[in-house]
Amino acid sequence: MKVEVRYFASLVELTGRASETLDVDEGADVRTVWSVLVTRHPALSGLSYRPLVACDMDYADWDTPVGGVREVAFLPPVSGG
Amino acid sequence: MVRIQAEAIIPDEVLAAVRGDRDGAEVLFVGAVRNHNEGRRVQYLEYHAYPAMAEQEMSKLRDQAFERFEISEVAIVHRTGRMEIGDAAVAIAVAAPHRAPAFDACRWIIDTLKQTVPIWKKEFFEGGEVWVDGEIDPGSS
Repeated sequence: MKVEVRYFASLVELTGRASETLDVDEGADVRTVWSVLVTRHPALSGLSYRPLVACDMDYADWDTPVGGVREVAFLPPVSGG
Repeated sequence: MVRIQAEAIIPDEVLAAVRGDRDGAEVLFVGAVRNHNEGRRVQYLEYHAYPAMAEQEMSKLRDQAFERFEISEVAIVHRTGRMEIGDAAVAIAVAAPHRAPAFDACRWIIDTLKQTVPIWKKEFFEGGEVWVDGEIDPGSS
């Protein structure tokens, strides 16, 4: 099952990319996706915070299943305004 | 009016978007780029966004503000890209029949926006650059 991963802000710099496509098992959740990404991008393992996550543009939890989700976005703590 | 835009914000236009004959109060908040942060002299800022989600979250804030406060209209505009000292990064306008809910709603919207809307700023100062740490939403895990 393919899922599109998007990064923003400092996570773009740490991974060197704004997005990538991941092949994950049916039944995978956000936590699984993140663990695969940390393996691919060791720089992600040293974060001082846990990223926020959004599935198809709605905030989600680390337990949220990604089955049927088109886009999983990892977000550093927001700092707009 | 709820919008992410690269163009300069014109606060008068944001205020005009909420104006109505029923309302005796119009509150406008403008968040501007200041020349210092945490003891550093700021040269300029870069704002990055997840634009579609940011607009969606800003729309939710607008809807929630209508539920929480006795107000008539809300406009929220946030700019992205490079901004110089003094530039408006965000403008929020609220119109209401009476001033108290207009002030309260405007304050609530900017405070909540800073915690929930996916926008990030990078600060460029003399000798370096840094992503600004956000205000962690105490409600999130």
